[in-house]
Amino acid sequence: MSHTWKILKPYLLITPQTLVFMLFLVFPIVMIGVVSFWQFNGYSMVPAFTLDNYRGILTSDVTLKTYLNTFKFMVLVWFFTLMIGYPVAYFLSFHVKELRWQVILFLVCTIPFWTSNIIRMISWVPLLGKEGLVNQILLNIGLINQPLEFLLYSDFAVVLGMVHLYIIFMIAPIFNSLMRIDRTLITAAEDMGASGFQTFKEVVLPLSAPGIAIGSIFIVTLVMGEFVTVRLMGGGQAASVGKLIQTQIGSLQYPLAAANAMILLVVTLLLVVSILRVFDIRKEL
Amino acid sequence: MGKLSRRHVIRTGLAAGALLTAKACASSAPEGTPNNPAPGPEVNTNQSKDVTLRLIGTGVSQINEIRDKAMEDLGFNIEMRALSTEENNQIAITQPGQYDIFDGEYFSLPLVVPSGNLQPIDISKVTNYDKIVSFFRTGKFDGMPVETSQGTAPFKVQYLTSPDSTEFSPTPTDYATMIPFQYNADTLGYRPDLVGRTIESWGELFNEEFKGKTAILDIPQIGIMDAAMVAESLGLMTFGDKGNMTKAEIDQITEILQEQKANGQFRAFWKTFDESVNLMTSGEVVLQSMWSPAVTAVQSKGIECIYAPLKEGYRGWGGGIGLSKNLEGIQRDAAYEYINWMLDGWVGAFLGRQGYYSASPETAKNFMSQAEWDYWYEGQPAAEDIVDPFGKTLAKQGAVRDGGSFKERFGNIVCWNSTMEENTYLVQKWNEFIAS
Repeated sequence: MSHTWKILKPYLLITPQTLVFMLFLVFPIVMIGVVSFWQFNGYSMVPAFTLDNYRGILTSDVTLKTYLNTFKFMVLVWFFTLMIGYPVAYFLSFHVKELRWQVILFLVCTIPFWTSNIIRMISWVPLLGKEGLVNQILLNIGLINQPLEFLLYSDFAVVLGMVHLYIIFMIAPIFNSLMRIDRTLITAAEDMGASGFQTFKEVVLPLSAPGIAIGSIFIVTLVMGEFVTVRLMGGGQAASVGKLIQTQIGSLQYPLAAANAMILLVVTLLLVVSILRVFDIRKEL
Repeated sequence: MGKLSRRHVIRTGLAAGALLTAKACASSAPEGTPNNPAPGPEVNTNQSKDVTLRLIGTGVSQINEIRDKAMEDLGFNIEMRALSTEENNQIAITQPGQYDIFDGEYFSLPLVVPSGNLQPIDISKVTNYDKIVSFFRTGKFDGMPVETSQGTAPFKVQYLTSPDSTEFSPTPTDYATMIPFQYNADTLGYRPDLVGRTIESWGELFNEEFKGKTAILDIPQIGIMDAAMVAESLGLMTFGDKGNMTKAEIDQITEILQEQKANGQFRAFWKTFDESVNLMTSGEVVLQSMWSPAVTAVQSKGIECIYAPLKEGYRGWGGGIGLSKNLEGIQRDAAYEYINWMLDGWVGAFLGRQGYYSASPETAKNFMSQAEWDYWYEGQPAAEDIVDPFGKTLAKQGAVRDGGSFKERFGNIVCWNSTMEENTYLVQKWNEFIAS
């Protein structure tokens, strides 16, 4: 009796999660995959098997342009979140001594997440708009004669908005891996005569690499599917794959949107796999 | 023992679950009891209090004040869901079980009706049908330009050929797709303080003077109509029928749009009402396509905003309510009661105070003051301050509605929001334009 139980136990334990996983993740994705081969007759979709959706997407230069633009956003956002996020995480874990302050300051980093999209959008206008705070200050100190228009409704604004919104996803994993570094290693490095920079390069950076990798995966997946910030900060003029899909769904072209979603899924998975090939996350978890 | 009991728990749990499921499936109370009312009019007489009608529509008319008043007057429950234009159409087409009444726009009908999710409305049951503005019923309006307007004009999709058809009838029949209740003539809005002169033509949207200060809608079916009005006005291109463009025409108009975008003509594209208000009040945009209540929303913040009457005419839109195919029996009777209540005038007056027009102006008039009627419908100077239904002052005494009277504004609609035969192609080209 107890022997059978031993064999069955792990299976039974993973059953609930597997069911949830199959029902709410795998099944919908399979459905999207199926629909992407269906036909569309103007107002509804018809079960069929056609490659037209994929053919249309893969032969259109709009697809290429849109993907290039999305990649551009992704690279820029990844770069800036890493450049800003790493020092923040470093400061939090090495320079803030008290746990209480670490927690408080970490919560401060999550503030961008507390507000809704529409509120965040409205608050960017008085800051970056033509008559906004930044332009007013620059005009008043005489640096510019004309308000800078690129501050809002531009690619700059899109990247700014996404960095502001997603940086916590870079800070959190890096902070986590920095916290797990054994402080005696740093003492040892110093005892061996390593300079501050050498300690960072030889000890801290390699040990926090998995954190960077996890943060990068978050940023890549979030930015690749992003459409709200792109639309609001780009003033509707910037393109991204997510926004392309949203416009198609809005016009009821589900099969085309599904085909686009499948391609986006594959591209994003490829990106994630390539990150995983460079860093061994599992080793660190 | 502990292990054994765990197995027991699972087994008993599964058995209990199966029992419950089986019981729930088999549950059927005897006919005529409250859990299973018998069909037939004799037990239905006083049940309308238990009826709940679920409405879906856009924020324009899914308003709590309207719902509360309707529930008070009609005595049954009404649930409203405010959605975006796109979500509204999606649910109407793909989830017919989610609603009893569809409150949507006429331009969505060429998509919704073929899905078979709406049932024809029996016009003989609609008491005030003959009081509806003639253009909706017969396509006639005193010989004014609206009679030859292009696009998905309400009249073209107002009737069905037979009670179980999903085909539009070009001539009046006894079966309506929707009963209209609100509509308007849309045009460009601008900030006179920042523009500095009067705007009289759609062509101004592409004027270099306003480079980087204009905006259009990012909804393909509506945005394309505005773009077409501009291109036609500037003589950049001509259309056989703006409301039903050919592929070549769509190519040409998106090319023009792409060129303007590359030149930096547009500051932004907007998708929701709030965005357009925000763009205008902040001064980011000085001239853009707008919806009438958005203009009043800007005005109510104390900022001057003109809803320009333009020499080429207006772009019209119309909304009405249709009945879900799932409605039957007492539910359907309640839905007809709601339709009749809607045309009775209270709703017309309520929406009229925000600048929309009522499908049956003469009943709405009964619920408006003389000063309100003269201002909104007659184009006369306001005899007193004009206040919206929520208590905000929209116009000071002596002000005149932009564009004038109902007849002048409605009569000069030259095109409507449209669903074209090449809709799929249009969306594809629109995405191309956004990505360019």
